[in-house]
Amino acid sequence: MSEAAARLAPQEANAAAPRASVSVRDIFIEFLIIGATSFGGVVPYLRAALVGKRQWLNDKEFVEMLSISQSLPGLNATNMAILVGEKLHGITGSIVAILGICLPGGVLMYVVGMVYQQHGDHAWATAALKGVAAAAVGLILSTVVQLSKKSLAGKFDFVFMALTVLAVNRLHQSVLRTLIVVGVLAILFHRPGRAQKASDAQ
Amino acid sequence: MNQVPTLARVFAYLSLLTVGGGMAAFPEMQIQTVDVHKWLTFPQLIHLYSVGQMAPGPNMMMIVSIGEWAGGFLGALVTLAAFFGPTALLTFVVARFWKRLERWPWRASIQQGLAPVSIGLLLAGCFTMAKGAIFGVETAAIAVGTLMVLLQYKINPALLVLAGAVVGIFSFMPTP
Repeated sequence: MSEAAARLAPQEANAAAPRASVSVRDIFIEFLIIGATSFGGVVPYLRAALVGKRQWLNDKEFVEMLSISQSLPGLNATNMAILVGEKLHGITGSIVAILGICLPGGVLMYVVGMVYQQHGDHAWATAALKGVAAAAVGLILSTVVQLSKKSLAGKFDFVFMALTVLAVNRLHQSVLRTLIVVGVLAILFHRPGRAQKASDAQ
Repeated sequence: MNQVPTLARVFAYLSLLTVGGGMAAFPEMQIQTVDVHKWLTFPQLIHLYSVGQMAPGPNMMMIVSIGEWAGGFLGALVTLAAFFGPTALLTFVVARFWKRLERWPWRASIQQGLAPVSIGLLLAGCFTMAKGAIFGVETAAIAVGTLMVLLQYKINPALLVLAGAVVGIFSFMPTP
């Protein structure tokens, strides 16, 4: 307790006080359970477990951490594990949380990869995989639509989105260069002080 | 030839491109793992990614399969560490001072600016994948059907990907 509290104390003093000490073992087990059961997207499972069942976070903290996770490189699932682990038990908490959430899926895909390499060319497997791949395209598109509804504001955001797609798919620019060039343009467009004018204009 | 150091380098680089989601790195993943290093074919990459959508946990765990093919058990471990290590470290460090930047006006600018770019990268990854996954009426119908159902109903996406497998077997299984 003292160790974790000491680490959290300086920045977290004015935030919600850490409710009770959470053991490293509990963090690992909870993230292991999430890692093993979160079929079809991790975020709802994280919320149910961390805000609902365990009450390690309140809803506001959860949303805040999720928005940090989305702005940084890395998957939401692993970034959330790092952030929540850090809040609960410092660096050790982060490490066991990310290990826990990755372990079940990692072991599963290790086995699936070996099975696929040996049997992936069977007629029934190729037929099923064609359907699976097509469904996955639909799934990604639905994510794009849902994210656009939530976080795109104004027609210029659609221009930046289109520029990104064009640069990668048509001009065959590397993802890194596209991210830096269009990213900087978009950030400059949304520079401080401009938000007010933009919302006035709309 | 030992592929493990190359795996580490490639996946650490890919890791930093996953802004907004794993799919953002997909076009670059195709170039690196298929075209440059030839660890697998493009159809195999699409299949592994898609099957990975039915697995629990972070949705890019298919990288473990690529690591295993190219470098055995050690390859799988190194790939996993390389893909999640750099972003984990970055998130850990940023989290410590992100709260203190609450009043820094550029923080909101960065978040607002990166939103359309990360959605664009996701869409670009989707188009790259569609080039290999959508061919003909059946696959197009499965993709559009999945999209419609997901936008209309609250249903677990993993179930729809599984349904795609069933439709695939009925559509593409050669009749004996």
